[in-house]
Amino acid sequence: MKYAYFPGCSLHSTAKEYDCSTKAVCETIGVELEEIPDWNCCGASSAHSLSHKLSLALPARNLGIAEKMGLDVAVPCAACYNRMRAAEQELRGNTSERESINKILSAPFEGGISVKTLPEIIGAPDLAESIRENVKKPLSQLKAACYYGCLLVRPPKVMGFDDAEDPRSLDNIVSAIGVETVNWPYKVECCGASFALTKPSIVVKLTYDILRYAKAAGANCIVCACPLCQANLDTRQKDVEAKYGEKFNLPIFYFTELLALAMDLPVEDCLKRHMVATDEVLRAPITVGSGENADKR
Amino acid sequence: MARIGVFVCWCGSNIAKMVDVKKAAEIAGGFPNVVYSADYKYMCSDPGQNIVKDAIREHKLDRVVIGSCSPRLHEPTFQRCIGGADLNPYMVEMANLREHCSWVHDDREKATDKAIDLLRMAVAKVASDEPLYTTKLPLTKRALVIGGGIAGIQAALDIANAGYPVTLVERTPSIGGHMAQYDKTFPTLDCAACILTPKMVDCASNPNIQILSYSEVEDVSGFVGNFEVKIRKRARSVNFEKCTGCGICYSKCPVRKIPNEFDEGIGDRRAIYVPFPQAVPNVPVIDRENCRWFKEEKCRACEKLCPSQAIEYDQEDEILTEKIGAIVVATGFKTWDHSAIGEYGYGKYKDVITSLQFERLTNASGPTEGKVARPSDGKTPETVVFLSCVGSRDENHGYPYCSKVCCMYNAKQALLLKDKVHDANAYVFYMDIRANGKGYEEFVKRTIEDYGATYLRGRVSRIFESDGKLIVRGADTLAGVPVEIQADMVVLATAMEPQTDAKEMARKLGVSTDQHNWFTEAHPKLAPVEALTAGVYFAGACQYPRDIPDTVAQASGAASKVAVLFSKDEITSEPMIAYIQESSCAGCHLCASVCPFTAIDMVEVTDPRTKKPKMVARVNAGICHGCGTCAAACRSQSAKLRGFEDTQILAEIEALAEITSGF
Repeated sequence: MKYAYFPGCSLHSTAKEYDCSTKAVCETIGVELEEIPDWNCCGASSAHSLSHKLSLALPARNLGIAEKMGLDVAVPCAACYNRMRAAEQELRGNTSERESINKILSAPFEGGISVKTLPEIIGAPDLAESIRENVKKPLSQLKAACYYGCLLVRPPKVMGFDDAEDPRSLDNIVSAIGVETVNWPYKVECCGASFALTKPSIVVKLTYDILRYAKAAGANCIVCACPLCQANLDTRQKDVEAKYGEKFNLPIFYFTELLALAMDLPVEDCLKRHMVATDEVLRAPITVGSGENADKR
Repeated sequence: MARIGVFVCWCGSNIAKMVDVKKAAEIAGGFPNVVYSADYKYMCSDPGQNIVKDAIREHKLDRVVIGSCSPRLHEPTFQRCIGGADLNPYMVEMANLREHCSWVHDDREKATDKAIDLLRMAVAKVASDEPLYTTKLPLTKRALVIGGGIAGIQAALDIANAGYPVTLVERTPSIGGHMAQYDKTFPTLDCAACILTPKMVDCASNPNIQILSYSEVEDVSGFVGNFEVKIRKRARSVNFEKCTGCGICYSKCPVRKIPNEFDEGIGDRRAIYVPFPQAVPNVPVIDRENCRWFKEEKCRACEKLCPSQAIEYDQEDEILTEKIGAIVVATGFKTWDHSAIGEYGYGKYKDVITSLQFERLTNASGPTEGKVARPSDGKTPETVVFLSCVGSRDENHGYPYCSKVCCMYNAKQALLLKDKVHDANAYVFYMDIRANGKGYEEFVKRTIEDYGATYLRGRVSRIFESDGKLIVRGADTLAGVPVEIQADMVVLATAMEPQTDAKEMARKLGVSTDQHNWFTEAHPKLAPVEALTAGVYFAGACQYPRDIPDTVAQASGAASKVAVLFSKDEITSEPMIAYIQESSCAGCHLCASVCPFTAIDMVEVTDPRTKKPKMVARVNAGICHGCGTCAAACRSQSAKLRGFEDTQILAEIEALAEITSGF
């Protein structure tokens, strides 16, 4: 199984831990990733607010190169996935738009390949066996609120992935490595990512709600598949705690980090990049049987 | 030699604006066999028709072409008109200069040319028109009403009171339908049971009405005046004659906790049951899927306890065959299943209920005896949110149409909540308030102003549970702010949709349905209660969402159509129907298989030439609609359509082809 890998800007900068854990996990479970040569920014989130044509052309260039490689595209970032999927759908259905965009591309996109998001690829039923085989240290100490955010599954007609109102793909993936997941109402609420720099007060309120409901549901960490969600929930947690006077201390993991940890892959460097420390929740559970300590975890 | 008159109508400015009618009439005057032509502003009006009649007499016309609107609109008018001048009514042809010409073109010169072509074709066709004659068919004066809700009840009573016998078939164990489930009715707050149950009793006691409850229509054959209907009378397991309705059986039945369909699942019933205390007929039914005797061959408690030995476990379904003259379809609606909406929890929250469930909660004879209690813990809710348009006006999840009654029952339910729980908060989310009925707007105003319900214009984007409350999140689009309400119960006004088997019923009856499976009327304005199939009529919400006043009015309308049909002793059949030329028919069956009305049967005849038996097709004149499908399909040109013979169609084409070849 081989994909054209589109890391996007985040995975080469703020979300390096998503990148390295993704590569480590994919290699282990037999998903080959070949980075798209000379890829460019997908345009999120400014291009589509400014120019429709630009919002199609930017992803189309990457799609064109991938089509030349003859590979479907694997996209880890939810925002990139959203833009690339939107472009794929529109260009596939609208011949005249496709022709006009292709005129300015060196490698035209003819609709021969498609875009997939990482949870879709890793959560595919035929990989379940491979994941199970590679689990060395099940993470049963974790009780996770899987957070999908707003972009990964919406708009449902375009994304065509999971259930837009009650997605289960991340829950299923991390359940397979021993993580207990909680039922909670904020799976698909917005974290305010696009206001991260322009109006942080909104972000603080939205992240507060997400953290609050995750904690109320009994979670000791949040699992996500989007660099923007992760950055917001992780970096803003101090601000939230200061503003609302409530302590959360909820580590925000990429689902690939948890897979890597469960497979005992060397991803310690990843975890060092987290703002909310992860070591406390990750501390290995006391072996079942020593009754008095079992309560502590 | 034919003597043809051509009459060109202006249709006010409808035709005259785009077609030079004077020129068209003048040129048509020169067509072969045309001895007279004229134009007039409104040919269908009284003076217009007199022009036609006078010309027939004065110029000894024997056939007529009218250049005006669609024959669907005015062919009968002009047939009557020339009939009044002693011509055979079928000696008229219509050239459609309006729908087929003036309305769809914007070049006056070309439109005029086209109008002249259309007239030329009509003239060519009318020249070979033959006089046609109607025939008389017998008529059975018994009506079938399918569905025993308020629509069926009203239609049955009206037909019965007009003096004709009625068979009323109801699928559930009792007549009454949805209306029997309601508490109060808007806008007058009459108690639904108080106004409905007397009508139910009237049905039962009317000697002209035969109620077949727990029964279904299996098959319908025949045609107007002469239907043959097979009805499956399902095994009730209780003897109708012996049962006194004492109720001992269902008060002692050990199988409890079966969700009662009549209570929309929030109340229980037993395995032997009547759906509600005022049921008509008041004879219980054994639900064989849940009865211990039928499942495990144990129990027989009801049989032991029944004081009149009415329990009969070995009853079997019966098939009754009835001769019927006319059918009123009153099969009603069902409510849309909101578990398709993830935003509202996919139906998994116990305290998110439907409006029908709320009716049962407020109904004095409902499972809570009228106490408003939320299903999860039986507590009285302090805050209730009512959501309009759940599945209606929502192409993403449900239907594009408006369900028409929800605005009003939302207002009613909010009012009833405030009436029963004085300090409760009632919130109503709405898109628009559609209160267009007598006293409706005033009623909504009363709910808001006198009862203090809070109306919020906007939709709800999400409902979720948190700390024993339902968090309802939406928008108040008038204030332009997001709204979050901590509610104890949410009531969803779910869309009305056709019965699951509406399509199947339509097939049995030979009627059509629209894209959502509502039954389609013959004309949306001028024939709203008639089906396209003669002798079949619609009443109530099987055709489209309707409230009670509209349903009752339509049911009486359908009943009066039946009474009009039954007021005659015979049925006049249209002569423009198909017939088979048996001498050339090869009996290939193709016409019968393409006929959309199943009007063609295969019969055995003796071939007059060979004196041997052979199979030929035969058209049932009572069923044939004259659509011409058989005539088009027949490979030996043996299936023919009166008024549209091949020679006539070819004459039209030739008339047109001559013009074209002139270019």
